Amino acid sequence: MTTLVEQEKIQQQFKERMNEDELLNCMRCGFCLPTCPTYIESGYKESHSPRGRIAMMKAVVDGIVEPDEDFERSLELCLGCRACEPVCPSGVNYGHLLEEARDIINQNKKHSLPVRAVRKTVFEGLFPHQNRMRNMVGLLGFYQRSGIRTLARKTGYLGLLPDNLATMEKVLPKVPTLKEMKNRPEHLPAIAEKVHRVAFFSGCLMDTMFMKTNDATMKLLQLAGCEIVIPKQQTCCGALHGHSGEKNGAKELAKKNIAAFEDLGVDFIITNAGGCGAFLVDYDHLLKDDPVWKERALAFKLKIKDISEILVAVSFHKKVKLELPAQVITYQDSCHLRNVMKTASAPRTLLGAIKGVQFKEMKEADRCCGSAGIYNIVESEMSMVMLDYKMVQAKATHATTIVTANPGCLLQMQLGIEREGLSDKMRAVHIVDLLAEAVK
Amino acid sequence: MLSNEVKQKLITIVTEKNFDDSKIERLVYSYDATPNFQSMPNAVISPRNTEDVSEILKICNQYEVPIVPRGSGTNLCAGTCPTEGGIVLLFKHMNKILEIDEENLTITVQPGVITLDMIHAIEEKGLFYPPDPSSMKISTIGGNINENSGGLRGLKYGVTRDYVIGLEAVLPNGDIIRTGGKLAKDVAGYDLTRLFVGSEGTLGVITEATLKLIPMPETRKTMLALYQDLSAAARSVSKIIANKIIPTTLEFLDQATLKVVEDYAQIGLPTDVQAVLLIEQDGPPEVVERDIQKIAEVCKLENAVSIQIAATEEEAMALRTARRAALSAVARLAPTTILEDATVPRSEIANMVKAINEITEKYQLTICTFGHAGDGNLHPTCATDARNHEEMERVEKAFAEIFEKAIELGGTITGEHGVGAMKAPYLEWKLKKEGIAAMLGIKHAFDPNNIMNPGKVFAKDSKKRVVITR
Repeated sequence: MTTLVEQEKIQQQFKERMNEDELLNCMRCGFCLPTCPTYIESGYKESHSPRGRIAMMKAVVDGIVEPDEDFERSLELCLGCRACEPVCPSGVNYGHLLEEARDIINQNKKHSLPVRAVRKTVFEGLFPHQNRMRNMVGLLGFYQRSGIRTLARKTGYLGLLPDNLATMEKVLPKVPTLKEMKNRPEHLPAIAEKVHRVAFFSGCLMDTMFMKTNDATMKLLQLAGCEIVIPKQQTCCGALHGHSGEKNGAKELAKKNIAAFEDLGVDFIITNAGGCGAFLVDYDHLLKDDPVWKERALAFKLKIKDISEILVAVSFHKKVKLELPAQVITYQDSCHLRNVMKTASAPRTLLGAIKGVQFKEMKEADRCCGSAGIYNIVESEMSMVMLDYKMVQAKATHATTIVTANPGCLLQMQLGIEREGLSDKMRAVHIVDLLAEAVK
Repeated sequence: MLSNEVKQKLITIVTEKNFDDSKIERLVYSYDATPNFQSMPNAVISPRNTEDVSEILKICNQYEVPIVPRGSGTNLCAGTCPTEGGIVLLFKHMNKILEIDEENLTITVQPGVITLDMIHAIEEKGLFYPPDPSSMKISTIGGNINENSGGLRGLKYGVTRDYVIGLEAVLPNGDIIRTGGKLAKDVAGYDLTRLFVGSEGTLGVITEATLKLIPMPETRKTMLALYQDLSAAARSVSKIIANKIIPTTLEFLDQATLKVVEDYAQIGLPTDVQAVLLIEQDGPPEVVERDIQKIAEVCKLENAVSIQIAATEEEAMALRTARRAALSAVARLAPTTILEDATVPRSEIANMVKAINEITEKYQLTICTFGHAGDGNLHPTCATDARNHEEMERVEKAFAEIFEKAIELGGTITGEHGVGAMKAPYLEWKLKKEGIAAMLGIKHAFDPNNIMNPGKVFAKDSKKRVVITR
């Protein structure tokens, strides 16, 4: 519940902080509506559309409505997939408006004690500290390996979890050991003739739970002729914070990352997670009110490149022979990779270059799978509606491999496969893992 | 506010979950795509079927509650802005394709069907529904019929009106009527079908429609011609048609538009040219080929400085980029975008564009003009800022002069967007007092209590005509 006093404070902050030009830029043409998954799945409810949400934000600024429960609910239900942005004739930066609005609500709302404790642990205690991430993921590894997992499954304890969480437990990847996670390289030479010196943004979850994918990414970069530096001082990108109304936390992380990558003398900073990459390229906006940091953020942003983009740019797919056993594969776009980083054709170019496989585009591959950070946990009902729709489209391609480009999407697709009972026929992989598999 | 009595009666009809009067729900149905129009309804209702609509209208008629039928709210004339409050009617439950009849070449649909979804279903059968308003990805067919929407293919194929052959509609007294049918010929009485098309929800609520379909053309070809001289481009348009060729699409961009498009999309168009024509023809391959060659000759004779004919679909897409990016490019210039649709006989295109340029100059505004040259339907589009009241006054004066000029050239104040609340004050300029009186007579016969979308089409006061001092 938001109290009336809180509502007043939120309204005041909306007046002070929301970007009025951006709100006015929305000309209400409605071209965003057909791209919005929550608009479609809510049965065409305008209050769950980008145009509706912007109208609400503006009405709160103008004092026409109060930021009541319905308003908050509408903002919560937004996936933040930003599919509305590429189709917007006026180029409204919806993602920025949403982030600001969520931050205002969060900063002025008193969460219940348990929610506050969880938020503090996750946003301050866990993600910004890579050693703690390792320990946390290590604990998961212990759970998976020690027999507790078998026990938990057999005793039915998992049945106490909501359905999709229990399923999610099954699809989590086999995590590396603590020792493996601690022993990470800081510099790797190019294997082929050197064409670029790049830095690798390893990410927090990617460098622990998905460490194998990071290894594959670096391998591909080396084969593509890239010398790689992996600065130890880097930290979590802050996307989770930014999307959850913890802007200040995100800013601190951004500054650390900018500093960590600043003086490395690299051509590009490579990411392999669409969600992280999209947040990294927005650092200049995040730090826009700080003139010194804004400049530094801009220089940082200009170097960010997704792994697929650099591989295509250096013609990796033409130089290195890629081959796999005959299979049909399909690709699920990462929303942020596509809508924010504008990377859509590079992954398809790479997949199309693998000999032996048939690439089949699924219908609406650009529509969100419902993962959306922690959306599939906090808004699991809507998330599962999205996922079920996605699986219908994936199955229609008869693909046995669903390729993704972001860890959240990867887990969600694995969850989808598990829910459909297809785990013996279908798999979901990160694009770099598939490419590494295909390298002859 | 709705009285509790009315509210309870409406809930009884549609059930609790299809009635919403929360502040947020009312807010998000307080606008459509028209700048500067916003007004909250008292409630939002989603009927499940024609009977629900009939019962709702009876209640609204009895208690004189305004009722605004709304599709996806993409119209540009404030046609679905509930300016007098009341009830906004949504058709999210009435969104089924009822039948595609391949023997009679018709489709029967409920009003809430999304236009593009309907077109996809039609094309799966190898059939064709030509009207393609630029909002078709989300507009509803009910909205298209009520606004008589146009699109890019109007020249050859006509507009929504030319495809609606039968309707089911509910009148304000609750009566359910059926007009027309799956018939090529039908002269049984007044043509109520045509009367309802473009009536902007002021006569009744359309609850079902039967549309005419045609076979899908075999091929399509695209070309682009650039001109140093506006009149030469306009002459090309007339000459193409005088050569007995009716292209599917004959789109026009002026220099101002071209400049902002190039700034925005960087597609390598020369910005020193005065006009661009995007031309498309469809039909059997040999006819299309012959027509395109002939059109190219006409353009050459009229001194087009460049003519490009697309060899592949990719090239065609590239040629269409400039026209497709026009709205985005202009919209990004300033916060407020006002898109108008003054229309003249096609022979007057050059005069109209020149007049628009002079008016733009006179009022010191940014107006880019693009549009459907083949139909004489232009979209002078103004990039402005609604917060700047002084400039907004100039914008209003400029558009008034544009309407005046269009009428003077034998044209109209709106070619495809509709009158709504936005152009109601100007309607009399086009229709004269007598024309308005005739229309009001019809309105009163159908809707004596004025509950159907009040404040639209008919204005309380007409604008004084501007005196053109040029």
